[in-house]
Amino acid sequence: MNQTTLKAGLLAAAAIAALSAQPAAAQAVSACLITKTDTNPFFVKMKEGAQAKAAELGIELKSYAGRIDGDTESQVQAVETCIADGAKGILIAASDTVGIVPVIQQARDAGLLVVALDTPLEPIDSADATFATDNFLAGELIGKWAAAQLGDAAADARIAFLNLNPSSPSVDVLRNQGFMTGFGIDVKDVDVIGDEDDPRIVGHDVTNGNEEGGRTAMENLLQQDPTINVVHTINEPAAAGAYEALKAVGREGDVLIVSVDGGCPGILNVKDGVIGATSQQYPLLMASLGIEAIAKFAADGTLPAVTEGKNFTDTGVALVTDKPAEGVESIDTAKGTELCWG
Amino acid sequence: MAQGPTQPDREFENVLTKSATEVASFDRQEKTLLGRLQHMLHSSPALVPLIVLLMSLAIFGLLLGSRFFSPFSMTLILQQVAIVGIVGAAQSLVILTAGIDLSVGAIMVLSSVVMGQFTFRYGLPPSLAVLCGFAVGAAVGFINGFLIARIKLPPFIVTLGMWQIVLATNFLYSRNETIRSQDLEAQAPLLQVFGTQIRFGGAVFTLGVIVMVVLVLVLSYVLKHTAWGRHVYAIGDDPEAAQLAGIEVEKTLISVYVLGGLICALAGWVLIGRIGSVSPTAGQFANIESITAVVIGGISLFGGRGSILGMLFGALIVGVFGLGLRLMGTDPQWTYLLIGVLIIAAVAVDQWIRKVAG
Repeated sequence: MNQTTLKAGLLAAAAIAALSAQPAAAQAVSACLITKTDTNPFFVKMKEGAQAKAAELGIELKSYAGRIDGDTESQVQAVETCIADGAKGILIAASDTVGIVPVIQQARDAGLLVVALDTPLEPIDSADATFATDNFLAGELIGKWAAAQLGDAAADARIAFLNLNPSSPSVDVLRNQGFMTGFGIDVKDVDVIGDEDDPRIVGHDVTNGNEEGGRTAMENLLQQDPTINVVHTINEPAAAGAYEALKAVGREGDVLIVSVDGGCPGILNVKDGVIGATSQQYPLLMASLGIEAIAKFAADGTLPAVTEGKNFTDTGVALVTDKPAEGVESIDTAKGTELCWG
Repeated sequence: MAQGPTQPDREFENVLTKSATEVASFDRQEKTLLGRLQHMLHSSPALVPLIVLLMSLAIFGLLLGSRFFSPFSMTLILQQVAIVGIVGAAQSLVILTAGIDLSVGAIMVLSSVVMGQFTFRYGLPPSLAVLCGFAVGAAVGFINGFLIARIKLPPFIVTLGMWQIVLATNFLYSRNETIRSQDLEAQAPLLQVFGTQIRFGGAVFTLGVIVMVVLVLVLSYVLKHTAWGRHVYAIGDDPEAAQLAGIEVEKTLISVYVLGGLICALAGWVLIGRIGSVSPTAGQFANIESITAVVIGGISLFGGRGSILGMLFGALIVGVFGLGLRLMGTDPQWTYLLIGVLIIAAVAVDQWIRKVAG
């Protein structure tokens, strides 16, 4: 290093020191949003919601994301960056709900408010607050709807489960077991997929939550039992893929597909009869509530309250279908389109 | 020369009568059975994957019976490997030149997104949008080839960079929007053409499957029987020797990557037929899956040896394991575990076969 750069470096260091010596009140409150990926429309919408709210409240928002779903390293780095950056709070949709906990603890020790969005950490109190869909309820709604649609035929339904991925993240388990509960299947251990012995279950396969995986998984399960007539899917892209597989064997008309998400293409698919019913969730609301929580925490240290009777803040879920079933509350696709994301 | 000793004409030639008279030759020891097998595998590299494929078919057939061993299941496997088979063809060409292409999956997805978005965002006729998709594939392939052949950058690095660039472009350009199957069906059925089914009894072929098989057969012929094909092998074996033999190494290399890009664009079109919709998140692992097919198919990563038919067998082996293990109801992780074992075994066999040349 030569003299000039050394001087420049010292000057820069002095400038930084001067900046950080300013009283905290004069600084803008800054917050971080860390999502699983930058590519899933769900998280894109979440980011939009956070940005809009942050702009409204004058909060400086920095966004980070993993490269693919499951990329924990990037998320850990992002949390570390936020701590170093002096952020007031972190909103995170964690890819690895257990693995992220140590670094989240570091952030909380450093005085940051940590809010889990969409995906609860394990254990759930690892974060200061959780703003999420009640995924069990989301599954339960579509399960009840499917059972009601079938009526007496529900007793000998042939059910396929198209889940997310082999590591069975909590959202996967909650939706899967929620569906079973709603449909009237004994779930045994509610934390485990696949320990059920109900003869109506044909099998489970994984889709990675996309069309390609949905199609392949549906094909595989149809090979196990071509008489499948109910399909539970983890999300709407997987449902669209399953529909293609059913169409290829001419079964698209007599199989009930249910899903969770409420993205705009998914709602259109409900309208077109590709998906029978879907449980809609509200990522924009999660993010904007999260930003508000950080603003309040920065102002006077208040922590967000949980929904009564739950250990997290429920941002709501609604069943979207054009074939309402008795005893299951739902909204139609017109209303669903107004509220959809992506 | 081979007539045996004759009477010498001159005295100083007398010593010749007792000397050896055979023509100089290599020592040819009697080959062992194993040695002969080694030689046979060396001369027909698609044999190992073919044997493994037939064996795995037989084993799953015995375990699962007609659920697995039906025309429908067999053709279903073809449908499930069509994309990997096509991308694998592009990968095979590149690996035969001792290169590697990590950007194949990204090129495929970007091309499919271009085909879809050009139709829906700009209102182009689908046929023109498809051409644009092919142009994008060829252009990315050209950049890869140019950087590798002219600027002499390592293929791994170039395509590692290009993978990120193309994938990011794909997400930025598509705005992460999926075009729904129903919209495609109504407005641009041409984009879904490769999903069209052709049935023979219980067997179901899609146009995508047929295109994959035809592509592999054509490339197999071209690689074996045309000057360009032999040049590809020669460059992979020893680029300097190829150069000295008068092969235009740079031009051939660039043509390989451009052709690879075009094939990936074709894969993108077939992908739309398979999943029905145009999804920017599809095909995330196509690069790894194609390399897996190539390696299990017995194509040497060191270039210059292997056959594209082997790649197809490699892709089918992965497909057979995938469907077979799912039908048995095992945890999906077992599929990955066994494929990992196959990859390492395939490279070990490759190393053993290579010794025949030494």
